[in-house]
Amino acid sequence: MRTGPYLLTVITFLPLLSVAALLMLRSDDHAWIRRIALCASLAEFALSLFLLPRFDSTNAGYQLTEFHGWIGDAIHYHLGVDGISLFLVLLTTFLTPISILCSWESIRENVKGFFISLLVIETAMIGVFLSLDLFLFFVFWELTLIPMYFMIGMWGHERRIYAAVKFILYTMFGSILMLVAILWLYGKAGTFDLPDILSLMQSGQLSFPPRTELLLFGAFFLAFAIKVPLFPLHTWLPDAHTEAPTAGSVILAGVMLKLGTYGILRFCLPLFPEAAHRMAQPIAVLAIIGIVYGALVATVQTDLKRLVAYTSVSHLGFVVLGIFAFNTVSIQGAIYQMLNHGVSTGALFLGVGMLYDRRHTHEIKQFGGLATPMPVLMSFFLFIALSSLALPPLNGFIGEFLILIGTFQSHHAWASWAASGAVLSAIYLLWAYQRVALGEVTVEKNKSLPDASKRERIILVTMAVAILFMGIASPLFTRRMEASVNNVIEQTSTPRDASRPVSLPRAPYAVVPPAHPALAALAERQVRP
Amino acid sequence: MNPFAGGQLMNLHRLAPEVVLCVFGVLVMIADPFVAVPRKRVLGWVALVGALLSLASVHIANHFPGSAYSDLIRVDSFSMFVHVVVLVAVVLVILGSFDYLDQENIQRGEYYALVLFAAAGMGILAGANELVTAFVGLEISSIASYVLVGFRRRSPASNEASLKYFLLGSFATAFFLYGIAMVYGVTGTTRIDAVQPALEQLVTTDGRMPGLAILGLGLIFVGLGFKVVVSPFQVYAPDVYEGAPTPVTALLASAPKAATFALMIRIFYVSFRSAQGYWFWVICVCAVLTMCIGNFAALVQTNVKRMLAYSSIAHAGYILVAFAASTDLGVAAVLFYLAAYVFMKVGAFLIVTHLGQQDEKRLSIQDYSGLASKQPVVAACFSLFLLSLLGLPATGGFLGKFFAFQAALGVSRRALALLVVIAAINSVIGAYYYLRVIITMYFQAPHRDYASAPIAPAVGIALLIAAVGTLYLGILPARVWDLAQAAAQSLFPH
Repeated sequence: MRTGPYLLTVITFLPLLSVAALLMLRSDDHAWIRRIALCASLAEFALSLFLLPRFDSTNAGYQLTEFHGWIGDAIHYHLGVDGISLFLVLLTTFLTPISILCSWESIRENVKGFFISLLVIETAMIGVFLSLDLFLFFVFWELTLIPMYFMIGMWGHERRIYAAVKFILYTMFGSILMLVAILWLYGKAGTFDLPDILSLMQSGQLSFPPRTELLLFGAFFLAFAIKVPLFPLHTWLPDAHTEAPTAGSVILAGVMLKLGTYGILRFCLPLFPEAAHRMAQPIAVLAIIGIVYGALVATVQTDLKRLVAYTSVSHLGFVVLGIFAFNTVSIQGAIYQMLNHGVSTGALFLGVGMLYDRRHTHEIKQFGGLATPMPVLMSFFLFIALSSLALPPLNGFIGEFLILIGTFQSHHAWASWAASGAVLSAIYLLWAYQRVALGEVTVEKNKSLPDASKRERIILVTMAVAILFMGIASPLFTRRMEASVNNVIEQTSTPRDASRPVSLPRAPYAVVPPAHPALAALAERQVRP
Repeated sequence: MNPFAGGQLMNLHRLAPEVVLCVFGVLVMIADPFVAVPRKRVLGWVALVGALLSLASVHIANHFPGSAYSDLIRVDSFSMFVHVVVLVAVVLVILGSFDYLDQENIQRGEYYALVLFAAAGMGILAGANELVTAFVGLEISSIASYVLVGFRRRSPASNEASLKYFLLGSFATAFFLYGIAMVYGVTGTTRIDAVQPALEQLVTTDGRMPGLAILGLGLIFVGLGFKVVVSPFQVYAPDVYEGAPTPVTALLASAPKAATFALMIRIFYVSFRSAQGYWFWVICVCAVLTMCIGNFAALVQTNVKRMLAYSSIAHAGYILVAFAASTDLGVAAVLFYLAAYVFMKVGAFLIVTHLGQQDEKRLSIQDYSGLASKQPVVAACFSLFLLSLLGLPATGGFLGKFFAFQAALGVSRRALALLVVIAAINSVIGAYYYLRVIITMYFQAPHRDYASAPIAPAVGIALLIAAVGTLYLGILPARVWDLAQAAAQSLFPH
């Protein structure tokens, strides 16, 4: 089937088009608003699946590109997809219908506004992943903020206004400095077009003195690090995640945090390779602190949603670590971990949201023994928790394993510290599960709680299937990423690095028969003399 | 004998926008006594037609570029761009005034006549190629606005504002005039484009400018800085903006700013181009002061009009960032910023006008709580203007800032890079107070005793124009940006 040359544009703006449809409905016509929003987001998901057959996994460059003039000669409407953004787009289109479904009953006020915000966020996020022009990228990047701000502020919990303001000011502060850096870059390169800038750099026509490069890298990285969020810039996250409505948390944790890690991969590494290498050590240390600190803080939370929020700090630390280890396996692992985190943490928030719908609290003390009244919901919850703590063969395992194994090649110490995070995640998740689900029912009200409804079962089963599928069929994903990841590494490797002979330690894991193509590639490199 | 056959009258078409404005202003004044009080609104429509015709006649003047009246007035794309910006503001303000004046019971013909005269003065400012002509333009627009500020005669606040504006304003124009005198004393000319060659001959062998000329430029900057509300001359603005009738505030905050910035560009870029080393640092320091004072003071305001007044001070600071670039691109960025600024600022003030209700009693930010649930369209419009003032992408305000920063960074100068970083951080500080209004409108429960008034058609049209303009400049800015660049180039004939 031919989808036309405008596939990416259609994918990006279809949600916005459905917003126009929603605007025409009466605002008290809740049933139709929900239905149209769901249909639109499902259509969007189906449409985005068309990307898969049209995507050439051997091509490392940008595919399905669209290029039109926009403002002057410098600013273009330039879209394209590669192995890094492909699955992040799919993750976005996958999680949006889920979030719509999970807000089906819990959102009762200003339903229209809620679904409009959700769909606008979807457009903005997809735009961020697909745009190849720095200006266009920035426009979409900032556009994600306002609807999320409204979502937290209007439909959130008690301290929602505080959380919303904190969220938006933090992120704006980072992004405005990025804007200055983008403009500076334009001043030197004369274009906002990312591929053009990269080719200028490769041909040596564009280069920066080390200090300037470091400043530019810093400006970009700060914006992304706040979004990720990297320790110690994470303090907006627990508030925003906890106070947001369930759908908001799912989108925030599921996709929005990945805008940061995606930005690092897409812009920070290829544009400022020298600076990235110079800063790798301190950033990795921060990432490891984030992994351990996030896990420890999560352990002591009394609020279930806040606990899940802190797990993000820990898990995203893994992603950053994987990126700054600069090798194919660890970066593939990092991208895979982004997807896993989106699905698993998204699912955790969905579970927490379902508990909240029943009891209107997130306090762990208010629960206990819930497995008795709600066996189905709680067994799914366990399954999701296990995926989040990286139990093989579920998805989380693959991501963390690839990151650790890739990192271990170059930095033993990093990998071993980070591995402790994997252990800690088992502690906080299983302990939380124990306190919520196992034992006697301690609170009288909880005895009569209804188990998962049909709608909730659909959501949970979908998430569980995705988790299992990503755990078993990971080669389907990593195979498509490989060429692009290698491309990024090539762009990032500085001349200085290339001249230095790469000596990899002979690692014990090479003797294990590698089942995964990424590992096979790794093993091959080990064996080669 | 054909009066257009020869002599100075030949140039009348080059002043077409001003002529139309004055003719309609006089027409309104003459008709005023013959129109019964309940039907005074007709005069408003006449004024509106005048403003629109003037806008159309910009097109005529545009066909005859060149100079008029012994080179006192220049007709170039630069002047035309500013004319359009000013006249759009005037049209929006007139549309927004009809119902306000009825509601305040001050529907009078002279209001509209004064608005038109003020606009004519600003038109002269935009096109002046001679300092005394510029002074006349400045006075025409200023005196009309002194009266307009005090138009709510029965309100002490309005009277106070008018007096304050008048006293300080005449002081500032005196500075301006004094500066002109000094420049004339040194160079022997008051023609803006003739000052530069004269100065070049006076430069000493070690490259120093004559001190009197620099002093003159300084005094001119004081006079004009007062009108565009640049720190440290901003003290009067919040009081005047708060006391003035809200549509007049909308006018004050937008049109004179555009016209005076245009004159400033002509004087600084054309007359004193070679003195750039002197004024560059003054502009930089003033820009930082203006942005910081505007933003920090706006953070603590509880009155919407005052908050928007401080926000307009902050915006003057962002404009100065582009101004400091001292390049073609900088001029284009200033012009684009002004165009975007007029839509969003007038739009925001018109909403404040509408929500103020009788006697402007609902001006506290808290009065807006829960507005979104009562009047979703008004709240959405107001949010759009506020987000544009904040500088969110896809709005005109963002591109204004974007081009301003781009122009400043286009010059490889460390001071300018630092200035841009300060401006960027300032715009995040500014985000807080704009968002606070949105929080109040959307996240808080509505007042119990709030009775929402439906939007009058005229105000509705004005808001629609402002909103469409804001979005148009945000999403498809290419055309206006090209025009701004052409205008900037017309300033320096090569």
